[in-house]
Amino acid sequence: MAFYVVQFLTGLASAASLFLVASGLSIIFGVTRIVNFAHGAFYMIGAYIAFTLTERFSGAFGFWGGVVAAALAVALIGVLVEIVLLRRIYHAPELFQLLGTFGLTLMVEDLVVLIWGPDDLVGRRAPGFKGAVDFFGQNIPSYDLFLIALGPVVLGVLWLLFQRTRWGVLVRAATQDRDMVAALGVNQKWLFTSVFAVGVFLAALGGALQIPRDAVHHAMDLRIIVEVFVVVVIGGLGSIVGAFVAAVLVSELNAFGILIFPKISIILVFLVMAVVLIVRPWGLFGKPEAAARKTPGLSVNPWRPLTLNERLASLAALIIAAMLPLFAGNYALTVGSEIAIFVIFAVSLHFLMSVGGLASFGHAAYFGLGAYGVAFLAKMAGLPMIVCLLLGPLLGCMGAAVFGFFAVQLSGVYFAMLTLAFAQIVWSIAFQWVSVTGGDNGILGVWPEKWAASPSHFYWLALGVAALVTIALRVMVFSPFGYALRATRDSLLRSEAVGINAKRIQWTAFVIAGTTAGIGGALFAYLKGSVFPDNLGISLSVDALVMVLLGGVETVSGGVIGAIVYKALNIWLVSQTDLSKLVLGGFIVLIVVVFPKGIVGMLEILAQRRRKSSPPGSSLLAKPVESAE
Amino acid sequence: MKLTVQDLNSHYGPAHILFDIGFEVGEGEVVALLGRNGAGKSTTFRSIVGLVAQRTGRIMFEGKDVSAKPTHEIVREGLGYVPEERRIFTDLTVEENLEVGRQPKRANAPHWNREKLFTLFPNLGEMKNRPGGRMSGGEQQMLTIARTLMGNPSLVLLDEPSEGLSPKIVEQMVDAILTMKKEGVSIVVSEQNLHFARLISDRAYIIERGRICFGGTMAELDARPDIRDAHLSL
Repeated sequence: MAFYVVQFLTGLASAASLFLVASGLSIIFGVTRIVNFAHGAFYMIGAYIAFTLTERFSGAFGFWGGVVAAALAVALIGVLVEIVLLRRIYHAPELFQLLGTFGLTLMVEDLVVLIWGPDDLVGRRAPGFKGAVDFFGQNIPSYDLFLIALGPVVLGVLWLLFQRTRWGVLVRAATQDRDMVAALGVNQKWLFTSVFAVGVFLAALGGALQIPRDAVHHAMDLRIIVEVFVVVVIGGLGSIVGAFVAAVLVSELNAFGILIFPKISIILVFLVMAVVLIVRPWGLFGKPEAAARKTPGLSVNPWRPLTLNERLASLAALIIAAMLPLFAGNYALTVGSEIAIFVIFAVSLHFLMSVGGLASFGHAAYFGLGAYGVAFLAKMAGLPMIVCLLLGPLLGCMGAAVFGFFAVQLSGVYFAMLTLAFAQIVWSIAFQWVSVTGGDNGILGVWPEKWAASPSHFYWLALGVAALVTIALRVMVFSPFGYALRATRDSLLRSEAVGINAKRIQWTAFVIAGTTAGIGGALFAYLKGSVFPDNLGISLSVDALVMVLLGGVETVSGGVIGAIVYKALNIWLVSQTDLSKLVLGGFIVLIVVVFPKGIVGMLEILAQRRRKSSPPGSSLLAKPVESAE
Repeated sequence: MKLTVQDLNSHYGPAHILFDIGFEVGEGEVVALLGRNGAGKSTTFRSIVGLVAQRTGRIMFEGKDVSAKPTHEIVREGLGYVPEERRIFTDLTVEENLEVGRQPKRANAPHWNREKLFTLFPNLGEMKNRPGGRMSGGEQQMLTIARTLMGNPSLVLLDEPSEGLSPKIVEQMVDAILTMKKEGVSIVVSEQNLHFARLISDRAYIIERGRICFGGTMAELDARPDIRDAHLSL
């Protein structure tokens, strides 16, 4: 019995840091509507700076002062980030802000290695809390008890801050109606900056307080951000009490899950999240999201069929791409194949996002399922390659059918979070079900047959499939199904009022996108000759998002261009520099700030400007959008 | 002049909404902006306080050109705005709603505080801690006006204050507006209801399809039944 009590207390202690970080994310989202992906990065910098300060200054004052000073310093960095970066992108499409903060995260990951080195750093223990308390023969670190007490204290302080101060009242008002707050004479800019500073302070404090418990390392940002997303979604975005309850819940699930279900401990948390979202889509303590106050349809470029010239240009580009084997070596062809595969992956997500308006954060699940499908068929059933390529993606299709059914019941941020949770469940299964999937070791030896084995043949195969898939998805956009899907994107209510079964349409789109991603995954398995859990991991899902956003969600060819640019740049950078993440992150941030419509969006704007200065009447000109309310 | 609007043009995306709007408000005056649904009354107000991004023209408030300023700075000059559809903060209590509107005293405008506003709107004083979402439409309308007055404005843009209210509440609203006027607040009130406007206004402008098509005293408007019938539904 005593053992379980201790386990429970350990869970509570872990909840403290998680709550600090999650409440910060929740506060920032509530007011600015930005899902701050860099929140984990701030948590990590907090830990690193606290490590340096507490090593440098001795004694109790050195430790506690160092922890607080670290959090304050990171809050200051947060203010700079808000002023320099976020202020420029508050009006950009929602997900672009996620992209910008993701770029920031990439940069930070390399920067901390540059400053503090790649090794794990073990911090010193907290003065006054070095020992352990005996509890019926079990030891509880006294620092854990301190953290257990700290959680409710911070909750209380935050409650007072939001309920009893003018700042808190203004923040709560801005959470509900930003324009009205400005119309009452409040300077939103500084309100946003202060909110961001408080949120970042909490994240950094959470990181700084972890140093007596855990080693500081350069991957702690991604680990915490996933858990924090789960916490705020279970608790309800914007609710601090919710963040507290959910942090405790998640930490206890982790603490006991490992005892009761050692095999599926990782997925337990995500299962709970999925259940919560299905039963209460806005979280335990959240409120249903109010319809956004914005004029619909004005910012979205409608899809239009390609003009004859554009078709010829695309064909020419394809022919040039197909001629690559004539002058490129094997390495370049392998890279080319990989890019073609990622074009498939990106256009499938682009289809879901731009035509369906559904931003999936876990799209890699279906890519990876396609890869595993091929691996199972090839290695276990020993089927020929063609059959594997045709049937393998069906695993992605089935996964998308099951998860998509639940996911399309939600929308917006919650849809994104649920897809993330599902992807994490699939990842956990691949990771933990060692007897079937090989776990971390993956499945090796999935090589293409002779006819596709040479780099040039495989490249042509990948290129051909990518072209077919892109064309097929485009044809679908202009089919009745595509029109119906766009109707559900633009107005769910109105589309249902004209007799469209919106959920069904969205579900279908989800399955189509998942299957297409599975096709990419199937080819990927043959390209690499192996399959690993990483093929359906979060970072791959994020890669897909970045490709789509980089190309431009609101554009027609954004997925294709985004995939080519991102993947080529990524591969090239990794070969050129040790600091590829820093450069890539910087590049992403630059794109977000300078070209908030993505690469293709920027080109379209340039083209429009040129058209305006050229005489009208050319038949090639697209009609400008005439969509007044 | 308290407020002068010249050549105001506004767009929502590609749609041109306001065409060369111009009007004036004198010190301490109550001016009605009359027009049918969709004529452009609310857009005019939103444009003046800078809530419409695409607008051109000159807005002079107390002799200063405020047209290039962001919304919160315009409001801090003493130009208060009461939106249509009562955008109160439903999660906040009555007192908290008022707190959001609070601004420092202004030399050239009457000073309002909670007590004074609770005398003006006695209903609000009885529900200080009630969340805005649990109030009746009339109470919400009073709260929106009280919230704007907490900023001690010298001029208030009142967007359709009588819309959807019961006759009894409308009477209270007339009293409240006349009290504001007596205290020295200049007011521009947009209305579809000519009877309501007549009770409180010194002068009136008529707006139709984004253009001002009449301006004059209430007596001059009464002398032109043709204009009244053409542009206002009675």
